[in-house]
Amino acid sequence: MLGNEAVARGLYEAGVTVVSSYPGTPSTEITEFSANYDEIYAEWAPNEKVAAEVAFGASVAGGRSFFGMKHVGLNVAADPLYTMSYTGVNGGIVMAVADDPGMHSSQNEQDSRHHAIAAKVPMLEPSDSAECLSFTKTAYELSEQFDTPVIIRLSTRVSHSQSLCELSDRVNIPNKPYIKNVAKYVMMPAMAKGRHVFVEERTNKLREYAETSPLNCTIYNSTKVGVITSGAAYCYAAEALGNTVSYLKLGIVNPLPEKLILDFAAKCDKIYVIEELDGIIEEHCKALGIKVIGKELFGLIGELSQEIIAEKILGKTFDSVNFTEDIPVRPPVMCAGCPHRGVFYCLSINKIRVSGDIGCYTLGASAPLSSVDTTLCMGASVSGLHGMNKADPEGSSKTVAVIGDSTFMHSGITGLVNIAYNQSNSTVIVLDNSITGMTGHQQNPSTGVNLKGDVTAAVNIESLCKAIGIKRVRVVDPYNLKETDLAIFEELAAPEPSVIIARRPCALLKYVKHKPALVINDCKGCKMCLKLGCPAISNKDGKAVIDSVQCVGCGICTEVCRFGCINKADGGVN
Amino acid sequence: MVKSIMIVGVGGQGTLLASRIIGNALIKKGVDVKVSEVHGMSQRGGSVVTYVRFGETSADKVYSPVINRGEADIIIAFEQLEAARYVSFLKKGGKMIVSTQTIDPMPVITGNAAYPADIIAKIKSAGIDITAVDALELAVKAGSAKASNVVLIGVLASFAVMSDEAWIEEIEECVPPKFVELNKKAFYLGKESI
Repeated sequence: MLGNEAVARGLYEAGVTVVSSYPGTPSTEITEFSANYDEIYAEWAPNEKVAAEVAFGASVAGGRSFFGMKHVGLNVAADPLYTMSYTGVNGGIVMAVADDPGMHSSQNEQDSRHHAIAAKVPMLEPSDSAECLSFTKTAYELSEQFDTPVIIRLSTRVSHSQSLCELSDRVNIPNKPYIKNVAKYVMMPAMAKGRHVFVEERTNKLREYAETSPLNCTIYNSTKVGVITSGAAYCYAAEALGNTVSYLKLGIVNPLPEKLILDFAAKCDKIYVIEELDGIIEEHCKALGIKVIGKELFGLIGELSQEIIAEKILGKTFDSVNFTEDIPVRPPVMCAGCPHRGVFYCLSINKIRVSGDIGCYTLGASAPLSSVDTTLCMGASVSGLHGMNKADPEGSSKTVAVIGDSTFMHSGITGLVNIAYNQSNSTVIVLDNSITGMTGHQQNPSTGVNLKGDVTAAVNIESLCKAIGIKRVRVVDPYNLKETDLAIFEELAAPEPSVIIARRPCALLKYVKHKPALVINDCKGCKMCLKLGCPAISNKDGKAVIDSVQCVGCGICTEVCRFGCINKADGGVN
Repeated sequence: MVKSIMIVGVGGQGTLLASRIIGNALIKKGVDVKVSEVHGMSQRGGSVVTYVRFGETSADKVYSPVINRGEADIIIAFEQLEAARYVSFLKKGGKMIVSTQTIDPMPVITGNAAYPADIIAKIKSAGIDITAVDALELAVKAGSAKASNVVLIGVLASFAVMSDEAWIEEIEECVPPKFVELNKKAFYLGKESI
């Protein structure tokens, strides 16, 4: 099973009852698979901080709980996590964080191990799906034994690789009794001081545990070369070096053992540390006075692979045939029929500055729309726009923020409250495609459906904006370019904060009916339709043609063609 | 020995489903298997790669889930440009299966780059064992353009050691019931095209 599916199976087998997460590649499927188990209450929270606090509450009430996220999500959840380290747990708390070395689908390449060190909580790192399952179960035992939240660190290749797992039955663990304990759960200074002492003592105990834990294992093959490694990096090392070297495979990456590492190092002439991203194990070894080779060979950037390890350690080169011509890159693009395209087209032709956000619509930055000017983190479009407009009030008539419905729920609302409260002349466009798109169609609080598929309350974005003090709120259909363009023009001109909700469901949603593909007859070669950046329209010998497999008949190209050349296949006007 | 199959294409072409069908079929053979996928942004019409690695015998352990340059025994390319992009991952003596379909990437659509001509002939002239199939046309013949992934599995089936029954069983498990017949037809059209 997929690594993420195996974590979910581990939650099931460990008797977990409450799961709360916010989707984020490559972590999303843990929570989706959890929802398939009737015994687990699983939900999408509006953001990772909420999810962490839900898990905390569930633990205090006595249940085993879980929250999951991608690496940058942990920045959002860091606030509750760092103090949860002090309170400890009642029912076990485990969280999973999925790093993305190589940034397949992320805005940075941060190494989550720093959070474990800073929050002083134990972190386990599985290397394949079987370990995802077994480590998750062990994590609950450790959580309750040591009175601490436990982090499972994943990475793209562990989360999104399938390998074999052995399944067991669920252990049904009754809730622990709820006992009011102010000294443990109310973190005001007097109590927190006491708990900090506990945290430091706990770290010492965990370090002792790490010395002998079966999660850290040694494989002795050679006295010449030893490799200290963990997670996916272990898989690459084992593939490249096989049984020619000895391994210390660390399943616990925080706290790191001392004696175990010193003993291993003493048995090998030369020690390599092979770890992805930062040199955390390496620095630890160096602090212990061990001479190791690591980041000087492998660097701090991107994913490792068996090729890199074989090349750096064995000097091996790979024999392969290369295609000798230039191969055009194929960056991701907004899908044919994507409702975001209409908005970005209007912004692009009017040369509007765009404070962007995280989601499919980040692709509005790519050519030919080239519309987005900034992308930082979840919600930053709205707050950032306010900052831009305060620094440059004249620019406010040509600057907007764009944010998706799910990202708006996650952390856009607080930025909009700030705009209303501190009054900047800002125009925010909510790209409401009625789903969390980029991570693969997860429901969110504005869609009216929950993770289990049940109909539920839906946040009304218009009412919400009005309630927080935005007077100008209007809804447009982004397939209607004229309407969208007019709304942008008028709201930018208005001397007060405003919100435009560009509403149309994602074209990939199953319930969205596609129209028949359009055709281009008698193309004049003006290339206006190519400015939409639609993957279904290409240029063949100076004439635009539509790929009938990709086209969903959205029709925005018919609005930009000045010659009326784009029509239905039967000749009718779209 | 560990064997490696790489599946490359354009996001949305169904490469993920193909890799899962291949991976699941191999698991049933009782050998160690790892399938690696990438989700998220690259799925939006970008260049996508999935890896299937498996042991030839039950004694072979698969460690790494990824395939590097010069390591793939077989590459299945769903699109010509992607075949060119990843040909360097093929091992010496490896085999490439390519769908003749072409999909212009955005730099070509916007006129900033040219789509290389005669890709298949050029790969062949570099000494690569390449089999080209119009998988899209065969898929349409089977009933849906979306079944080109299963057509290509049919092509793979004509070279690999697994029985047709084993493949069909996996297809039945991996596709929604109402599309099983269509996909079976696609599988056989692919297999018989060789």
